[in-house]
Amino acid sequence: MIQRLLTIVGEYFIFLRKVFSRPEKWSVFFKKLLFEMDAMGIGSMLIVSIVSIAMGSVITMQTAMQIESSWIPTWTVGFVSRTSIVMELCPTIISLLLVGNLGSRITAEIGSMRVTEQIDALEVMGINPASYMVLPKVIASLIVNPVLIIFSICFALIGGYVTIVLIGNITPYDFMDGLTYCFRVYDVVYAVTKTFVFAFVMSTVASFYGYRIDGGALELGKASTQGIVVSSFIILVLNVLITQIML
Amino acid sequence: MIELNHVSKYFGEKQVLFDINTVFEEGKVNLIIGRSGSGKTVMMKCLVGLYTPEEGQVLYQGRDFHHMDDASQRKLRAEMGMVFQGSALFDSMNIEQNVMFPLDMFTEMSMEEKLERVNFCLQRVDLPNVNKLFPAELSGGMKKRAAIARAMACGPKFLFCDEPNSGLDPKTSLLIDELITEITHEYNMTTVINTHDLNSVITIGETISFIYQGRLEWRGSSDSVLTSDNAALNDFIYAQPLTQRIRKHI
Repeated sequence: MIQRLLTIVGEYFIFLRKVFSRPEKWSVFFKKLLFEMDAMGIGSMLIVSIVSIAMGSVITMQTAMQIESSWIPTWTVGFVSRTSIVMELCPTIISLLLVGNLGSRITAEIGSMRVTEQIDALEVMGINPASYMVLPKVIASLIVNPVLIIFSICFALIGGYVTIVLIGNITPYDFMDGLTYCFRVYDVVYAVTKTFVFAFVMSTVASFYGYRIDGGALELGKASTQGIVVSSFIILVLNVLITQIML
Repeated sequence: MIELNHVSKYFGEKQVLFDINTVFEEGKVNLIIGRSGSGKTVMMKCLVGLYTPEEGQVLYQGRDFHHMDDASQRKLRAEMGMVFQGSALFDSMNIEQNVMFPLDMFTEMSMEEKLERVNFCLQRVDLPNVNKLFPAELSGGMKKRAAIARAMACGPKFLFCDEPNSGLDPKTSLLIDELITEITHEYNMTTVINTHDLNSVITIGETISFIYQGRLEWRGSSDSVLTSDNAALNDFIYAQPLTQRIRKHI
């Protein structure tokens, strides 16, 4: 079991070395990078915005219901909601959502290329398939995921604000007051840093599981599931570590 | 010319190729034949560098492919074209982009020059007006022809085809065989075809290497393949009722 785990970890790092080698042709690389950024960014925007608005709405509603004591100022609702959304919910939950959405897509795409010998075709041509296929995906996710998380934070805060306007427990003014109270840019830096690390894990682990498929369609399904489970697990562990280090 | 010198290949403890010695000649259609599981595909993958043999050498015009530095290996690979069993066209690209792909990667041609070359290759394989179609929209035979067009785009010196007739009807198989033979002679390429299609064996095999249980059992030409006294080869060639009938008339 441990030997198998170490073998997989070793294979993963050898794979990373192949991925981070110089692209065959920069013009082709940038073309692929733009394509991936478009597919990942625009393709995920709808689901990210829906989940973020719902998440912001629910967290604000729950906070408002929990803090009903007259000893606690009403702006606390905005403050607690903002802190939860910016520091934890958006970077972690949306990254996990993106693992399911983008990670499975990456594994399936690379895996089907392996199964249909398209990766072999690249190798025979003398092209490093790992660098050609995976590097644009990794760089695209490192650029796109933090942007998606920033949008997600904005959508979640809008969701929270609209909820406050609709339920009317506290005034929108108090909520806004809480949202801006003691705002630190460092919190956003922390959120973006986490997202950046999670994006790296998602894209490389998903690509690795797609790349090492040896078999047919059944293996492809298994690899997608394994990619999602392993990425999610690593993200959760790293979340604890990064929080410990940065806060 | 490609030479295999004492090539052996293992997967873990299991040996799948045993001390293979053979030559694939320039300007000729060289066939590798044998039953399923005999080691043909492994041998082909050793030839193109997808597998590294544990023992022996694969020599391209006298240069050992598996012991070259990366730059020389990349240069040599740019001279290779391969047609895979399932065509291996890139799903996300249309046919024009597929054929243009090696030109994009290995040449500094302008867009007009690349388009001209793509159209020439597609015309050559008799696939006009499919430029904007995607692989999923083509029949099996058309995919094979598109794969041949992609393989010949950079004017390769070495063409490898892994079972180019599998899954095709006899008429289309014949067309594919004719096309491969024509371009081999036209561009003086060293073509290596992995097949168990008997029609190909008889009609296009200028040199034939018969692999049996991982060993090179017999080597000859299409003229001698039907009259050989090698028992394993005869078992393979005359396995079907149709060829058994032909045998009675030889």
